Amino acid sequence: MSDQRSVLTGEHFVNGDWACAEGGLAAGCKFFAGYPITPATEIAERMSKRLPEVGGVFIQMEDEIASMNAILGASWGGSKSMTSTSGPGFSLMMENFGLGIMTETPCVLVNVQRGGPSTGLPTLVGQADMMQARWGSHGDYEVIALAPQSPQECFDLTIEAFNLSESYRIPVLVMSDEVVGHMTEKVVVPKPEDIHLVPRRKPSVPPEEFKAFQPREDLVPEMCTAGEGYYVHVTGLTHNERGYPVVTAEAQDRLVRRLVDKIRLNADRIIRVQEENLADADVIVVSYGISARTAKSAVAMARAKGYRVGFLRLITIWPFPEKRIRELARKVSAFVVPEINFGQIAREVERCAGGRARTIAVTHAGGAIHHPGKVLSVIEEAIRVKSGSGLVEETLVLR
Amino acid sequence: MARTEVRVSGFGGQGIILSGYIIGKAAAIFDKKNATMTQAYGPESRGGACSAQVVISEEEINDPEVSAPSVVVAMSQEAFTTFTKDLDPGCTILIDEDLVQPGASRDKLFAIPAMRLAEEMGKKVVANIIMLGFFAGKTDVVSREAMEQAIQSSVPARFAELNLQAFRRGYDLAVAAA
Amino acid sequence: MGALIEDAVIDNETMVERFLRMDRLPHIWCPGCGIGTALRSTIEALADMDIPQEEFAVVSGIGCTARVAGYLKLDSFHTTHGRSIPFATGLKLANPKLKVFVFSGDGDLFAIGGNHFIHAARRNMDLKVICVNNFIYGMTGGQVGCTTPTHSKTSTSPYGNYEPPFNLCFLAAAAGAVYVARWTTFHVRQIKRSVQEAFAKRGFTFIEIISPCPTVFGSRNGFPTGLDMMKYFKANSLTVAGADPRDVEIEMGGKLKVGKFVDNERPSFQDRLSEMWGDLGLEESRIVEAE
Repeated sequence: MSDQRSVLTGEHFVNGDWACAEGGLAAGCKFFAGYPITPATEIAERMSKRLPEVGGVFIQMEDEIASMNAILGASWGGSKSMTSTSGPGFSLMMENFGLGIMTETPCVLVNVQRGGPSTGLPTLVGQADMMQARWGSHGDYEVIALAPQSPQECFDLTIEAFNLSESYRIPVLVMSDEVVGHMTEKVVVPKPEDIHLVPRRKPSVPPEEFKAFQPREDLVPEMCTAGEGYYVHVTGLTHNERGYPVVTAEAQDRLVRRLVDKIRLNADRIIRVQEENLADADVIVVSYGISARTAKSAVAMARAKGYRVGFLRLITIWPFPEKRIRELARKVSAFVVPEINFGQIAREVERCAGGRARTIAVTHAGGAIHHPGKVLSVIEEAIRVKSGSGLVEETLVLR
Repeated sequence: MARTEVRVSGFGGQGIILSGYIIGKAAAIFDKKNATMTQAYGPESRGGACSAQVVISEEEINDPEVSAPSVVVAMSQEAFTTFTKDLDPGCTILIDEDLVQPGASRDKLFAIPAMRLAEEMGKKVVANIIMLGFFAGKTDVVSREAMEQAIQSSVPARFAELNLQAFRRGYDLAVAAA
Repeated sequence: MGALIEDAVIDNETMVERFLRMDRLPHIWCPGCGIGTALRSTIEALADMDIPQEEFAVVSGIGCTARVAGYLKLDSFHTTHGRSIPFATGLKLANPKLKVFVFSGDGDLFAIGGNHFIHAARRNMDLKVICVNNFIYGMTGGQVGCTTPTHSKTSTSPYGNYEPPFNLCFLAAAAGAVYVARWTTFHVRQIKRSVQEAFAKRGFTFIEIISPCPTVFGSRNGFPTGLDMMKYFKANSLTVAGADPRDVEIEMGGKLKVGKFVDNERPSFQDRLSEMWGDLGLEESRIVEAE
């Protein structure tokens, strides 16, 4: 349970970045390392004010590479730890995000997405880091990424991210965006006793028997903390259960297969989606983050016109809710996927639809959010053209 | 109440964003409705044109963009020019009469000497709050009580009384003008 | 200092077994390499200090020297290339009781990781950095680095290095380290003493250990064996205690100045935090959770 000072119980009119910071604190985060970058800076600013009040440490590092490393170190030092950034900093963090994956280090990284590539649109919205979140570090692995659609969800999902990171010993991504991060809205912070927290899974055996990378039944190992006499060895090299480097194909298969499986085989437990009006749907709008909000307006307009349109909001982006999309693809004629990029998640939907339903990406280069009217026109097009290549202007038709 | 959109605009340093914040907070926290406040970020927040967009509704708000505002507050000429194009004829426009020349007259346009009254009070910085008082008195977007609570909880405690005075000054002016 | 007397009679094997992961031997270093010597002196220093073994934590980056973390029986973290210092920063701040030291190579700490080094020194982060400088990238087969002496040959400077090297001690001192010393692997007792002195200080300390790499540096530069390089170090090193760090640059053929160059005091990062939080009436941060 969080302590009182860490949880500002009550109703607040605040922005998403504030809520990410407070969510982290409510989850017990006691260490934040970061580097200023628009539009994520407000998270660092809030943390710099609040962490000292709750007995934690804030440090502004020399860059995002250092920030990511520092939160990994802090996690092994026994703190729940967190950083936040946006596109360019996210790129720099990818190197040691990979170290966090390989060393199974719980921590949370918030990416308040802006328009890219490169410096792009520092102050304006984008959702084009979704694939970087999935594949941005080298090598093969699975990730957990959540996408908040509101300041309230920035709070709730940051707590959830900490819980998932402890449950699966993995750095967890909160993929916010500039509009959600900067938008001010009511955030309800519950009482500390009403916040569910997952504690670190500490060793259940004495140090001489403990292996920091020995999986339990759910494929996740227990974790010790530096200074407790476990003499743990932690390396980014391929390693055995003891943590010792073993540079062989066999060790690689054993380790990396488990890193992948611990997420894949637990995917049903991890994945959360929001579903509305799917039962009678002919077309389903699939979206996430800020785009899901404008898409929902479009769905309401479409239903008001009598169209049988369903709504599926991805709260968990990675692991991707493949099973659900596959099931739905058998029942509908098309998926309409509005997102502020050129079809990153739409391609995933298309992959899972597997030819059973069309996928229409409602694309946007970034800098603004989708207009509900435009999404509506794509929905209408999808309803009208039941098969074939129903092209809708300014969208990328995947199938 | 259906969806209501409000835009507060001016230049950086006038407390435009705070004004939008107070309206949103009054609606969301004290009137118990839903409200979103968004703002333009970037160099414009340090001196150029500046705008806060507030959406208020009894329903869930899915689109935080302001596209058909019911009220536009303009505290600079540039903001007036930019944000009063293509407005619905029913839109209420509030301007600072010393800072904005509205050109052609139109219905539902109210010129308020907010800056001058603020100077009379000895604090130029409360011009935005005087404007909020007028806004609250002239429209029914938010309640007076909610606005006062929002102001009280959004400004430093030692300036709360001054700001409430400024708010009432604007509110009374609106009521008198009615 | 009672522990000193007791530890003085500990035999070598016991000490080595206490601090090394014996199940990981043999190590990967080449015959004649100086990293083992640097490690040995460090272990002697650790063994002779009155600090419980579980309080030490070692962090390294990538490279031959960075493999030290894998052999030390401590909480040991072998991180990514150049990133040992920021990782160590997080580790130390999360649990200030830990005695965190960084043991890594010149390329790791000063080329790819150079920015982290200078900022940790500026902050006076309570980290003990031990850098084995062998003038070259060893693990990748001998490429030129930011410490390679001018004119030295490497696999990517086949005609001789046309760049000047960093003077690491000067860099550390200028960035704010409160303790700076340089030795060669010939100076085993001095290394031990410096490591102990570094651990006795609060703040950011730096020890450079010049080491032979006969396989990829020596072989190309007239020192075919480790012994040849050790002889060179012995013949050319000159102890200049308190030398101005500006004057200790390294040139092959010149005198190799060694000694303790900086030993001063200024508030560490943790000192400043504690002071400020005290002033603000906030509790000092102590985070280890009693979950």
